[in-house]
Amino acid sequence: MSESRLRGPGVTAALLAVTAAALLAIPLAGSNYVIRLATVMAMYAVLALSWNFIGGMAGYPSFATAAFFGLGAYTSGILQARGVPMLAAWPAAALVAALFAAALGLVLLRLRGHYFAIASLVVAEVLRELTNSWTALTGGGMGLNLPILRIGVTRQAQLYYAAMVGLALLTLAAAVLVRRGRLGFGLRTIQQNEAAAAMVGLDTTRAKTAAFTLSATFVGAAGGIYASWVNYIDPADVYDVLLSVKPIVMALLGGVGTVLGPLLGAVVFLALEELVWRRFLYIHAGLLGLIIVALIYFLPRGLLAVRRRAAAA
Amino acid sequence: MILELASVSRRFGGLHAVRDVSFALAPGEVVGLIGPNGAGKTTIVNLVTGVHPVSAGRISFEGRRVDGLRSHRIARLGVARTFQVVQPFPDMSVLDNVAAGALFAGGAEGLAAARRRALEHLEFVGLAGRAEAPAAALTLAGRKRLELAKSLAMNPRLLLLDEVNAGLNPTEIDEALRLIQALAARGITILLIEHLMKVVIGLCSRVIVLHHGELIADGPPAAVVQDPAVVEAYLGSRFARGAP
Repeated sequence: MSESRLRGPGVTAALLAVTAAALLAIPLAGSNYVIRLATVMAMYAVLALSWNFIGGMAGYPSFATAAFFGLGAYTSGILQARGVPMLAAWPAAALVAALFAAALGLVLLRLRGHYFAIASLVVAEVLRELTNSWTALTGGGMGLNLPILRIGVTRQAQLYYAAMVGLALLTLAAAVLVRRGRLGFGLRTIQQNEAAAAMVGLDTTRAKTAAFTLSATFVGAAGGIYASWVNYIDPADVYDVLLSVKPIVMALLGGVGTVLGPLLGAVVFLALEELVWRRFLYIHAGLLGLIIVALIYFLPRGLLAVRRRAAAA
Repeated sequence: MILELASVSRRFGGLHAVRDVSFALAPGEVVGLIGPNGAGKTTIVNLVTGVHPVSAGRISFEGRRVDGLRSHRIARLGVARTFQVVQPFPDMSVLDNVAAGALFAGGAEGLAAARRRALEHLEFVGLAGRAEAPAAALTLAGRKRLELAKSLAMNPRLLLLDEVNAGLNPTEIDEALRLIQALAARGITILLIEHLMKVVIGLCSRVIVLHHGELIADGPPAAVVQDPAVVEAYLGSRFARGAP
């Protein structure tokens, strides 16, 4: 135990240095393909870190990530299509997703376990149907075109990369602050025993709603940036159920409830996804599924636990 | 009066778990709450702590009406409880279990202060040596003491102890008794749910008896154990008739 504590900060610092160098090198030296991949990776990191607030720290298995993502994407898309500048549309996307989650949380967070999971899964479906039907505002199933920036292709790639990485770092900072603070401590007691948490004086409804709102804020912003990045969104794309499932898999891969676990999981997940997809074009989805099942089966506490186990041995 | 129940009732569907119960605790009192299984003792604790709403009647703590408030609000006012079946945060350290009480209800300024205070309470209940262990690693007696430390960290003025001695061996019970006496000496008002008459008579200045959700006796222990209604309900009528 004490050995791992001595080693922990050193390893973390080294990892941070390498990561920072890589983050800077990618947009300058990488091809557009690499930059695109890195942007997706940053986006995945945002989604996984965000899910971890409610799913990992509080133990509420939310499938609402796609709902927040789509809401953010459409908020950003609709605003930009009406001439609002990009840099104002992104925070607006975060704000709308946050307000929506706060209101939704008051209702949904009364449910627990499977009931909560199913209810949260339905939210994205409802929003998708609404978006499909409200053609005047959203363009319906035809999708929505966003204004294209008048800058070069590489410049654009660099811009959206920087935006997504910046957002990922912001999400990470929030995760660290929450994990170390009063809210994170409260969420952990909720995850452990909610009735006992209320009995020691924790306002569990408020803590859970805060976690749910946090998890929506950054996802909403990611959706907003995504919309600008791809220039065209449609309901099937931004309310895709995979956007809810993938972050959960990433968090499980890396280590649920920890700060760095979801981040590590996002990186590993994307690497696996990309490698498997390139080598096994026809069976990649099935193969990726098997690898994930195997990893989670043999490492139920995530990849981060490997280092701890090695340190303890 | 620190706690007052006035004609409190609680129904679960057709079942009257608690019916028209009234009693009051004076500050600093240690009062026993006894009765056969299913008499409504734990329901009383759940009503006072806001786990269940009352169906009728009113509950006041320090003159302030608390029925209808949510659990965490009542906890922050100064009411702590232990659970009959212990409810630790199993994967969290013993220290953090107690720190939770200090942080959310005990008015500690942040996590570090809460942990410092938690350590003092762990020393008081004799668990300081296990501070870093996960709560799940404690024995039953240890977990009962942890519950106590967690409640203490909340700085309560009223402590509801729900069968803290159930499942303990005689040595552990003696140890628990000493702890409860030390708490009473600090001036904390205690409502003690207990099956062991030895404990009740040893600790309590007053005993309240429930039977089928109704209050059937309220008085000094010596008088209550002689009360025919109590003997009938709690000790059994055959025992009462056969007793010399």
